[in-house]
Amino acid sequence: MSVSATNISDRMAATGTANALELRGVSKMFGALEALGDIDMTVKPGERRAVLGSNGAGKTTLFNCITGDFPPTTGSIRFFGEDVTGFPAQERIRRGLRRTYQISLLFTGLSVIDNIYLACRGVSRGRFSLLRPRRNDALMQSAEDLVRVVHLDDVRDTMVSDLSYGQQRQLEIAMALSGAPRFILFDEPAAGLSPTERRELVDILTGLPGHVGFIIIEHDMDVALRVSDRVTMMHNGRIFKEGKPAEIEEDPEVQALYLGGGHG
Amino acid sequence: MVAIDSPRTTTTDMRRRIASVPPVYWVLGILLLIIPAFASDFVMFQIMGWTFILGLIALSLMFLGGYGGMVSLAQMAFAGFAGYMVAIFGDSAISGISQGWPWWIVIPLALFLTVIFATAVGWLAVRTEGIYTIMITLAIAAAFFYFTRQNYELFNGFQGFNSVLPPELFGIDWRGPEAFYYLTMFWAVTGFGAVLYVSRAPFGLALQGVRDNPRRMAALGYNVTAHRVAAYAFAAVIAGIGGILLTWQSAQISPGTVGIQSAIDILVIAVIGGLRHPIGAFIGAFIFVLLKTFAVDVLIALGLGGERFQLLIGMGFLIIVFFSPDGLLGLWEKLKASRRRDPLTGGQR
Repeated sequence: MSVSATNISDRMAATGTANALELRGVSKMFGALEALGDIDMTVKPGERRAVLGSNGAGKTTLFNCITGDFPPTTGSIRFFGEDVTGFPAQERIRRGLRRTYQISLLFTGLSVIDNIYLACRGVSRGRFSLLRPRRNDALMQSAEDLVRVVHLDDVRDTMVSDLSYGQQRQLEIAMALSGAPRFILFDEPAAGLSPTERRELVDILTGLPGHVGFIIIEHDMDVALRVSDRVTMMHNGRIFKEGKPAEIEEDPEVQALYLGGGHG
Repeated sequence: MVAIDSPRTTTTDMRRRIASVPPVYWVLGILLLIIPAFASDFVMFQIMGWTFILGLIALSLMFLGGYGGMVSLAQMAFAGFAGYMVAIFGDSAISGISQGWPWWIVIPLALFLTVIFATAVGWLAVRTEGIYTIMITLAIAAAFFYFTRQNYELFNGFQGFNSVLPPELFGIDWRGPEAFYYLTMFWAVTGFGAVLYVSRAPFGLALQGVRDNPRRMAALGYNVTAHRVAAYAFAAVIAGIGGILLTWQSAQISPGTVGIQSAIDILVIAVIGGLRHPIGAFIGAFIFVLLKTFAVDVLIALGLGGERFQLLIGMGFLIIVFFSPDGLLGLWEKLKASRRRDPLTGGQR
């Protein structure tokens, strides 16, 4: 479970030259409140980035702007070289962008397999098909595979409303992994998980295919620093530091502001 | 590309499928087939025929409400629209308006135009949620009612159309009690099966996803608005078939058929039965038809005024909604769950 920084150049080489994500001057106003201010951020293909900051630092708003859940007030967002600033959420998803949500946004009236199947179907053709999938349907097969990847085989046909909290978080990840993602935004995936579940989560994240980059928002520093190549620190809607995990950990300013001086 | 199965797999597939049909469906199916052997003409034509027709229209609401989370009061307007189209393009006593085209053009055309109408309504209504969807569809139902009543060139105003009869296909009079029973039953079973089937197909699953969490569906790559509008179009086919059958049953269509009262009746039927499962629409319709037909006699037998039968329906509705917001189906589920529960521990037995 080594930090994957060593093979980052291999991963980047595999995915072409354009940056996975390029934010220029992105800001977001909610009325008079500036939730995000003048964010410049570049993430290379295959790179794994942690975004840290206290509550209200603008991390989730940043995600919402990247995915298109809210449009940014100013600035531009490029995804693998393409300007997606004006694109609706579903167009960004079809280009390989995925996200998980801090509060589970699952389909509680459907079973585990149906949730994952819907996630797989969302990025393929036939979303309006009136014909049931056959047993050897390729998308059904990939949904079945994902059920196994996140260790939910035992509850395959259980209604999501009957799952435990930890299982719901695992299902969130399975849904983000569906349909050949190129870049994933994880919003506090470890929140509320037991230590064992956290270890499983780190395994899943470090075990992702090399070309899949991600940004992770996480309060658990152990998880965040173990799975990321670079760290961005946010405060009051702005970026105030960026660097390798070790640099960030040792930065006196960061320690004073966020780690409380004695975190290691 | 069409996958070709070997005959052997098809047979085993078929066997497995037949084996997976719950026994209650077999009993119900056989019962429905043999009812004409002992039921009177009145029961076949009026009670059962009407149940199947209202059930179909309520089924279209169940599809939108139960799977899509959209409660539409315009379903009766769509049904009535289909009926009007059959009267306008086909045959009726109003020869000045009715075109008298052959049935094999008229029926598909009527359903096609109904789908267009419903798609336009859906396109408007899906921009709203909850109570506002109910309001906007109610407004459309009311507008359609007044339009048919005031427009004489096309809809023949207050009079509407009479002598709108089903075609005499295969030399059978389809308005004969037995033939009409089988005709309506066929379409009720087909509609029921289609909704059940589609609920597990990508379109139906996606619709349930939209109901549970529209924002997440958009984040998964679905066009939520398009899905909702398509659901209106799909439901309109079912409502349209119900509307055509309803027109044939009473041999007429007039503004009274598409009034606000009828629109609310469909909602009452769907809620009484329960929006969770397609069968709820038919259970609700059966109870509604029984009440509507016999409540007067019961009230008179009890020495009360017969004109108070609406009160009985209203009270039945109130009691069911009070004890189970999920209708009779919900009540049944609750009963099953409480019988499974251990009275001491509260856990499953």
